[in-house]
Amino acid sequence: MRRVVVTGLGLVTPLGGDVETTWKNIIASKSGAATITRFDATDFQTNYACEVKPADHEYGFDAGKRVDHKIQRQVDPFIVYGIDAAGQAIEDAGLTDMSEEERFRAGCSIGAGIGGLPGIESESLVLEHKGPKRVSPHFVHGRLINLISGQVSIKYGLMGPNHAVVTACSSGAHSIGDAARMIALDDADVMLAGGAEGAICPIGIAGFGQARALSGGFRDDPTRASRPWDQGRDGFVMGEGAGVVVLEEYERAKARGAKIYAEVVGYGMSGDAYHVTAPHPEGSGALRSMQMAVKKSGLNLSDIDYVNAHGTSTPMGDELELGAVRRLFGNDIETMSMSSTKSAIGHLLGGAGAVESIFCILAMRDQIVPPTLNLDNPSENCAGVDLVPHKAKERKVKAILNNSFGFGGTNASLVMKAI
Amino acid sequence: MSETADRVRKIVVEHLGVEADKVTEDASFIDDLGADSLDIVELVMAFEEEFGVEIPDEAAEKITTVKDAINYIDEHQG
Repeated sequence: MRRVVVTGLGLVTPLGGDVETTWKNIIASKSGAATITRFDATDFQTNYACEVKPADHEYGFDAGKRVDHKIQRQVDPFIVYGIDAAGQAIEDAGLTDMSEEERFRAGCSIGAGIGGLPGIESESLVLEHKGPKRVSPHFVHGRLINLISGQVSIKYGLMGPNHAVVTACSSGAHSIGDAARMIALDDADVMLAGGAEGAICPIGIAGFGQARALSGGFRDDPTRASRPWDQGRDGFVMGEGAGVVVLEEYERAKARGAKIYAEVVGYGMSGDAYHVTAPHPEGSGALRSMQMAVKKSGLNLSDIDYVNAHGTSTPMGDELELGAVRRLFGNDIETMSMSSTKSAIGHLLGGAGAVESIFCILAMRDQIVPPTLNLDNPSENCAGVDLVPHKAKERKVKAILNNSFGFGGTNASLVMKAI
Repeated sequence: MSETADRVRKIVVEHLGVEADKVTEDASFIDDLGADSLDIVELVMAFEEEFGVEIPDEAAEKITTVKDAINYIDEHQG
């Protein structure tokens, strides 16, 4: 099998419109959570989220930098975030000027969990109040999940595989894992892979609220709301944004002298086959997913220095994941660190696995692991595990494990190592 | 320039994201202003909303320039 490495990164998050701003804020223990500004959420199950900030904010996102005004008007925010993150990644990799022959072998696998919910909501209201002749002609292709991959392929002329994963909150991790396999199996030499989400809208908050998934008890200080493994946790905080990486066949990357961030060495997938929203009570699906990824990597568990957990801050999910990680690592759990960056940027749903993979890569680059914010009173079963409370921690990071689990009982785990 | 022309130009600038000075009366939506067929559907919808006129598909097909739009609206507005 051909080896696959990461040669470019792109991020749009509630803590920054690019990779370095986001990472600096993550390491500085900042939170992207605040009262929702997009609509008046006072009477909703929760009134806070981690929104991507406007361009004039200290760590805002300038959509106009890489996305045409016309496209911004036609498509949902998740597509705008995805196009920009993909643009950052391909620029970072130095691959914006590929020949036609190279572009036949370069593709996109950028997914999302939910897709264009804000646009579906608003155009449904247009249909109801003004009739079918007032629905936007761009309604369908401005909302479809595969339209990040579509838009990006058109913008950069990428004519290789054009794919988009939809596996709820595992979409971002599955996208990277699947794309890495496309390169390993010789379907492509270069893949833009990742995930995006932008579902902070009335129906999105109401829907997740009714599913009893959202945190709602921290209206006074939303920055305290996302608190994975803390005894006071009461659900996830919705985030938005995108993460995209450039994956590249190793020999090709080496030959052109590319900056190589990491190698994708392991990928595991499993299904809980248990319940649509609740995780398996023994965490067995999560465990098998991690086991497969580690086995494929050829690494020992003692080689894995950092785990970026799914860790959404829900009462049940955090405990079960930690239990599964404990069973997987055995005694090796004492030497690794595990944190949840959802404590800072919330849950980016279909974007989460991709954004968090980038944090893992940066942890290896800078030899520092990001913190779990708000972990004031860890649950009882947390003893003996370094969950990196409150502050980032400098340490050796040579290999990482990243978990994502989604509604429907879909699990994905990635293992990457430094080269 | 007439009031209709002003309002038409504003809509075109907003929807197509083009510079205002490019939206001359002779400008073709597709050839000069970068629109595709769906953008024109959207523009026609916006004209209908703004001016309270109905532009049937067969008439919309004949609107290819800014001037075509202005003339149609001036002829059909209540």
